[in-house]
Parts: sequence; structure tokens; C-alpha cells
Amino acid sequence: MARAQAGDHHAFAQLYSLHKRRIYSLCLRMVGNIAEAEDLAQEAFLQLHRKIATFRGDSAFSTWLHRLAVNVVLMHLRKKGLALTSLDEAMEPAPEERAGRSFGAADLALTGAIDRMALERAIGKLPAGYRLIFVLHDIEGYEHNEIAAMLDCSIGNSKSQLHKARVKLRDALRSYPRQEAGR
Amino acid sequence: MMEDANNLNCAAFQAKLSELIGSDDNIADHPHIQSCARCRALLADLETIAEAARQLFPVVEPPDELWEHIESAIKSEQGSSDIG
Repeated sequence: MARAQAGDHHAFAQLYSLHKRRIYSLCLRMVGNIAEAEDLAQEAFLQLHRKIATFRGDSAFSTWLHRLAVNVVLMHLRKKGLALTSLDEAMEPAPEERAGRSFGAADLALTGAIDRMALERAIGKLPAGYRLIFVLHDIEGYEHNEIAAMLDCSIGNSKSQLHKARVKLRDALRSYPRQEAGR
Repeated sequence: MMEDANNLNCAAFQAKLSELIGSDDNIADHPHIQSCARCRALLADLETIAEAARQLFPVVEPPDELWEHIESAIKSEQGSSDIG
């Protein structure tokens, strides 16, 4: 780390090798497009190269790097027209996007294995804040305390957003077979 | 009336669900879950979704060209800063 911070190119290459899979995967799950994910991962590592000297070791390096990558992704989503001006807004979707409670919903449980394409599609339709927490926790495997540090939010907020994301995905997946059958 | 009362219980339970799922307590033992088929189905679905996410989306290897692009961009930035 110290060598990379001092500008050693080989040390930076080693950091890239260590973290490339998780950063690229995060970008890919957030945008659902290989070309965009490559561009975003490239931008994240370029920003890392520019800012690595400012890393003070107050948090785990991977948490710091993921936070940097998350901001790159959110900036990209904003440029694409999503009404996101900050991580705070991404974390708090507009009222019409909030997940509804399920106590009034029909009693239809998900049956059988979940189809990958259906889940991918449903994840892609989640508001960015929900998608981010779902990707970080359920796909990338981060714990709530790590996500809270990464996104500068409370652990309770992370848990709450994840729950809302899963409820929204459940609603989407339950309507998916009916939509497909209706075509 | 029965339906309304049940909905209130479900609403109160679901409002606490994100905390319950994140705690060490076994939610299956919760009195509401034991008496409410609807919330049991909800909980089972949420667990199925989380499990599916873990299984269906493995970590992905980026293409080799990505590092070449990053290296090239770094050199380009360093070149322009040297000139500046």
C-alpha cells in the first residue's frame, strides 16, 4: 500500500489485481451492461490512482475503494438522467418509489427456483439506492456495518433499505410470470 | 373486522421485519410468524430472493483489456501533468 501511495506502478498493478473482480462486479450489477461496467471500473481505478495518496487507513482499504466506486457509479446514473444528486438522495427514493408493505398483497408465494433473467431484470428496475444496498449486501456479501461505513449511513438505514429492496423484488418477481404469460 | 385486525398485526410485524431479519433472533420463533401464513410466505420469499442473489450472481472477472486501458489512461494523465 505504501509503495502504491508513493507512486510505484507495480504496487498499483497489484492493488488492481486484488480488487478488480469486486469493483467490476459491483459496476456490472449496478448498470447491467458490460461496456458501461468496464468504463465505470476504469474510472474508479483512475480515481483511485489520483487519490490513493490521500488514503489514511482510517477505514479498511476495500471499504474506501468501494465508496469511491459507488460514487463513480452514482455520478454515471445521474448523468444518464436519474434524479440523483447525492448518495443521500440515492438512499432515499422518491415517495412513489418506496416499497409498499405486503400485508394487503395476494397470498402468492414465490414458487420454485428464481429465474436469473427475471431477478436480473427486477434488480435493474429497483431505484438506485435500493439496488445499491441489495447488490452490496446480497450479491457482494458485505455486512451492514461495512455498508454503513461505505455509504456513510446508519446500520439501521442499511437494513431498512435492504428490506425494502427485497420486498420490491418480491413484488416484481411475483408479477413476472403473469406478465410473461400475458404476452 | 377479522381481516382488518390481522392486517394491523401484519403491518406492525412487517414494520419491524428489517430489524428482526438483521438480528440474531430466530424469526421463525416469532409468535406472529407462527400464526400468520401470509407473513410466513413473505419471510420465505425474502429469504429465497437473498439466497438466489448469492447463488446466481458470482463475482465476475473483468476483461484483460481493462488493465491495458487503465494503464494507458494513467500514462496519458502523467504525460499531460509532466507537460503542465
